[in-house]
Amino acid sequence: MNEPKSSVCITVNGVEHRCEVPTRLSLVDFLRETLRLTGTHVGCEHGICGACSVILDGDPVRSCLMFAVQADGHSITTVEGLANADGSMSVLQDSFCETHGLQCGYCTPGMLVATHSLLKTNPNPSAGEIRDAISGNLCRCTGYQQIVDAVQLAARRVAAGNGNR
Amino acid sequence: MKAAIFEYARAESIAQACSLLAEHGADAKLLAGGQSLVPMMAMRLARPAWLINVNEIAELKSSRRDGAVWVTGAGLRQVDVERDGELARAVPLIRQGLYWVGHIQTKNRGTVGGSLVHADPSAELPLVAQALGASFVLRRNGSERTVAAADFFQAPMVTATEPDECLAEVRWPVWQGERVGSAFDELSIRHGDYAIVAACAQVEVDSAGRCVRAVLGIGGAASVPVSAEAIARSLHGTQLDDTTIEAAVESIGQYLDPGSDVHATAEYRVHLARVLAARVLRRARDHAAGMARGTRA
Ligand SMILES: Cc1cc2nc3c(=O)[nH]c(=O)nc-3n(C[C@H](O)[C@H](O)[C@H](O)COP(=O)(O)OP(=O)(O)OC[C@H]3O[C@@H](n4cnc5c(N)ncnc54)[C@H](O)[C@@H]3O)c2cc1C
Ligand code: FES
Ligand code: FES
Repeated sequence: MNEPKSSVCITVNGVEHRCEVPTRLSLVDFLRETLRLTGTHVGCEHGICGACSVILDGDPVRSCLMFAVQADGHSITTVEGLANADGSMSVLQDSFCETHGLQCGYCTPGMLVATHSLLKTNPNPSAGEIRDAISGNLCRCTGYQQIVDAVQLAARRVAAGNGNR
Repeated sequence: MKAAIFEYARAESIAQACSLLAEHGADAKLLAGGQSLVPMMAMRLARPAWLINVNEIAELKSSRRDGAVWVTGAGLRQVDVERDGELARAVPLIRQGLYWVGHIQTKNRGTVGGSLVHADPSAELPLVAQALGASFVLRRNGSERTVAAADFFQAPMVTATEPDECLAEVRWPVWQGERVGSAFDELSIRHGDYAIVAACAQVEVDSAGRCVRAVLGIGGAASVPVSAEAIARSLHGTQLDDTTIEAAVESIGQYLDPGSDVHATAEYRVHLARVLAARVLRRARDHAAGMARGTRA
């Protein structure tokens, strides 16, 4: 059987991509292998770990549980799109460095996507709300506490005007 | 962990989805949020030859009150249903159940209809639908039928939905009384995991605090979610005091047929069902009393 294909138009980090993709290509493989945006990680490939989280039309979703064809006409933001326009790190990203919110970094793109989305709707989350927002993201290194610290630090810095996000 | 080859179509209407299903029959699957179907395809437990995307069908996303029922389109995202304040006042168990479902990333994609048709025996929405006696509107090319929850859930991950049918909407009974209370609780290894056992209850009391109506549902302890009708009926006319509730749920095991696995033995599941059933009944009673005092939850 020939590999069925479909043409799509997907906006990723503000750039429109028109191409033909195999129907069974997952969105995460499209991002990493077709577009070479390897910031988004892929762990379990069946919806458990959260490493592949991206923002679809404003909401965080798992990109291993979508086929690229489903993203046709939609807009995606990956971890690459979270940095400042000049390429420097966002306050949230910088706060992860400050508090040691990452060790191996495997979970980090998913954690950033999840907590970036949280801060957009809830600029001053409690520790419980942060833990809830990252409950779908596994980290085998940090024990999560430093990730919670990072998000709280970012929230404080933004509230104090010490940051542009 | 890559899906097998499939042909893909994006349906723009329920009618179009149904005619694609009629054409491709048992080889086709509807793709809603993909939060259950795509993992199964990745593991090659499912290999549909055709995938019909129903995510862009606007008519699957309506949510409205229709007299004594609330009608939710099958394609509504779980997150949107959970956030709908009006729906939460009309059918509070839906929000109370969704609180336990998955994570923000899975609820942003997962749909009401997908969860109900997937019909995991531990899933929260099927339990709420069974307890409340919701009904399911199934469409196929040129016809439509309505199936009651009691007939819809047939076995683990098996429902009355035929391969050529699309679940269009779900009709949830609205209890219109003044003093209605409800509660949902479960035990799982971590929040967001499927429940080991889940329970939900809804009660209505009169001005003297006497129970006039009650339902009690248990999930995760039988092949389908169960509605403990005789127990709920035995509460009618009582004050729903703690001892009455404890005595009533004693016989919960008659409804259950749990298995044992690495998380819990069958015996422990029955024990949990009893504890959770009593707890949700007490909370529903207190919630109903709070409604009467005007402290709306
Ligand atoms: C990490 C993780 C944790 C989760 N935790 C929970 C949990 O705690 N509790 C819980 O209940 N669920 C949980 N889920 C499952 C989640 O709720 C799914 O959203 C749900 O089971 C399926 O809905 P979906 O819209 O994604 O459907 P899909 O995966 O797209 O489809 C599921 C099935 O329903 C069929 N279908 C979908 N829509 C229709 C329709 N309109 N008509 C006919 N058939 C249809 C499909 O063909 C398929 O067979 C979890 C999922 C993940 C990935
Ligand atoms: S790679 Fe998507 S959730 Fe693990
Ligand atoms: S930093 Fe290694 S998995 Fe989170």
